[in-house]
Amino acid sequence: MDILQITILGVLASLLYILLKEVHGSIAFLIILITGIVIFFSIIQQIQLIFETIRKLGDQANIEGLYLTTILKIIGISYIAEIGAHLTKDAGLNSVSKYIELAGKIFILLLAVPIITAVIEAIIGFIPNV
Amino acid sequence: MFVDALILFQIAGIGIIVALIHTILKQMGKEEIAQFATLIGFILVLLIVVNGLSDLFQQIRSVFLF
Repeated sequence: MDILQITILGVLASLLYILLKEVHGSIAFLIILITGIVIFFSIIQQIQLIFETIRKLGDQANIEGLYLTTILKIIGISYIAEIGAHLTKDAGLNSVSKYIELAGKIFILLLAVPIITAVIEAIIGFIPNV
Repeated sequence: MFVDALILFQIAGIGIIVALIHTILKQMGKEEIAQFATLIGFILVLLIVVNGLSDLFQQIRSVFLF
């Protein structure tokens, strides 16, 4: 999908939201939700192409598969957490959106633990035994 | 793309029509049926949106988390 089409879709959604906000608040919120879904759907296919390229390059450079998988998972978690946080913020639940962001950060840290461990082990390996 | 914009118009149409039905039933003095019509309209839209959300999460799962 082109950037022009996505922009027009967003403008259209905001118009429909203004129209519906007066008569039916809950359905107006669902319009925001479905707009986010549609735009993300169009983006995710391009993301798939980019990730295939990254993985191919990683294979050529003999990077261990574990590291690339972890990085891609971290990016995925951040996208999902951001969608959830923005939706809850739009619905007026600021605290819940903060909690979702916190949960995303914690899970990212959890996924990064093997990499951090590998780095620290490599550093310890450099230090000569006294 | 055309299908995507169609979903948006579909939801907006359902919302407007439900609001119309609600107003008419309220004018007729049937509050309970008006509430019921609003509820049904909301559930219809929720069905569409939740289907889309589930599709999106499946896609994210297949791209990022394999």
